[in-house]
Amino acid sequence: MGIVAVLLIEAIPFFGDVSVISFLTGTKWAPLFADKSFGALPLLSATALIAGMALAVAFPLGLLTAIYLSEYAPDVVRSTVKPALEVLAGIPTVVYGFFAISFISPNIVRPLFDSETIFTALAASLAMGIMLIPMVVSLSEDAMRSVPSALREGAYALGANRFQVSVRVVVPAALSGIVAAGLLALARAVGETMIVTIAAGGVPNLSANPLEAMQAMTAYIMEVAMGDTPRGTVEYRSIFAIGMLLFVFTLGLNLVARGFIAKFREVYE
Amino acid sequence: MKPSPPALSASRQTAFTRRWTSWAFAGVALLATAFGVAALILLLFVVMRDGIGGLSWDFLTSFPSRKPELAGAKAAIMGTLWVMSFTALFSIPIGVGAAIYLEEFAPKSWFTRLIEMNISTLAGVPSVVYGLLGLAVFVFGMNLGPSIIAAAATLTLLILPIIIVAAREGLRSVPYSMREAAMALGATRWQAVWHQVLPAGMPAVLTGVILAMGRAIGETAPLIAIGAFTSVFFTPTSPTDSFTVLPIQIFSWISRPLRGFQENASAGIVVLLIVLLLLNSVAVALRHVYARRRRW
Repeated sequence: MGIVAVLLIEAIPFFGDVSVISFLTGTKWAPLFADKSFGALPLLSATALIAGMALAVAFPLGLLTAIYLSEYAPDVVRSTVKPALEVLAGIPTVVYGFFAISFISPNIVRPLFDSETIFTALAASLAMGIMLIPMVVSLSEDAMRSVPSALREGAYALGANRFQVSVRVVVPAALSGIVAAGLLALARAVGETMIVTIAAGGVPNLSANPLEAMQAMTAYIMEVAMGDTPRGTVEYRSIFAIGMLLFVFTLGLNLVARGFIAKFREVYE
Repeated sequence: MKPSPPALSASRQTAFTRRWTSWAFAGVALLATAFGVAALILLLFVVMRDGIGGLSWDFLTSFPSRKPELAGAKAAIMGTLWVMSFTALFSIPIGVGAAIYLEEFAPKSWFTRLIEMNISTLAGVPSVVYGLLGLAVFVFGMNLGPSIIAAAATLTLLILPIIIVAAREGLRSVPYSMREAAMALGATRWQAVWHQVLPAGMPAVLTGVILAMGRAIGETAPLIAIGAFTSVFFTPTSPTDSFTVLPIQIFSWISRPLRGFQENASAGIVVLLIVLLLLNSVAVALRHVYARRRRW
């Protein structure tokens, strides 16, 4: 609750200087130039592009892993892979940022796509995708394991094989839990800071080309915080306005996800 | 005319296709799993490759420097120790206290439900936003500046939801009959909680606390947001001193173009990962002790 109050108190004066409409629809973000301009679209689009691509990497891989672990894997495999993925989840995000810039960018993105700079949205989203995999796996595996085994046995009794049981019975039955896993991972990606700050470059750039450098919302907050911006200036307030947007997005995603989980629980518990 | 057997052949084909898709799918799913594990190994390998070489006693005991070969992580390590000590000091009593209240004493009212909803919502807020909160409230509002104490307070807010949730689960795993037995012997509710439930649930509570601390050690963004991105050439001596921590030091090395600093960054990461590994092993060990000692 306090968070909302603080963000509002610091962000509202900002909207006295910059109108809400020009903030949300402006296409030029140049807060540090003499001719200031606060259109958040370049930051918003960068965040959306990077988080979307990260989810496009993590969600299919995570879901397949979860299906494998929950429906196919022998106990030995599950009891080694799950802790390994938990380790992946416990690695600080600076480390992923370092991985993006020192490995993914020079060894994968540049040779494959011939990008001009090492700071690309693509490298950031690949690293972020790896970071999100454990989260998708553990949430959707939990959902699949709580599908009653009577459903599986019923399907086997009707002659279904493992693939049919997994894809046509277990996944649909666990669907709302799986959707929630995706939404929570997306919320995490939107709020992720260090990877985009390190690997995506720091240029506000309204573009859909993942091979360009761009600045996500969180990376802008970092940029201002690393400089010496005095309190009460428009720049200082602008990070609270951006923070406010971040908060609203992640809160919305979390609430929707929670709705899905509640619906899922209702059916089987 | 002979009856044609299309139905049979079709079903045979289906049987073949079915078996084939099942195998193919199992293969794809296994590959996806292998990818996750391979990514982990690759990541550790890339970090270790440069990091081990840069790791030395000098690295651990020197201050940052403009020359990469002289730079060390002493200020960052000491800063991390200071910040984490204060974070533990703030977050453990508040978090465990809140969990005890919510689990053992709170009436089931709309107010309790509101608090619970708040806690689970807070757990999903991005960490930078906590940093902004810390900037406005602790750094400027209370005039603490970008100090150790402001950092610890910010991190406390960040990990409180995690501690509360874990501690509640730990308390909930203690069977209700223990409380009833204690109260039947004349203990007050508080005595039952303090002498019976809390000691019994302690290992689980501590595991949650340690995992939360692990999360706090690796956090970079909220501390940068409160203005802690500075070069520090001294070890802090009081909680109001400015500071740097390992992840920030790593980040500042990463953002310098000189090759040598990249090696420093990997060495710093190795140190950070070793600390995390130690913390996690303690948590795992606790869980073992807990499982063995459990008498119910």
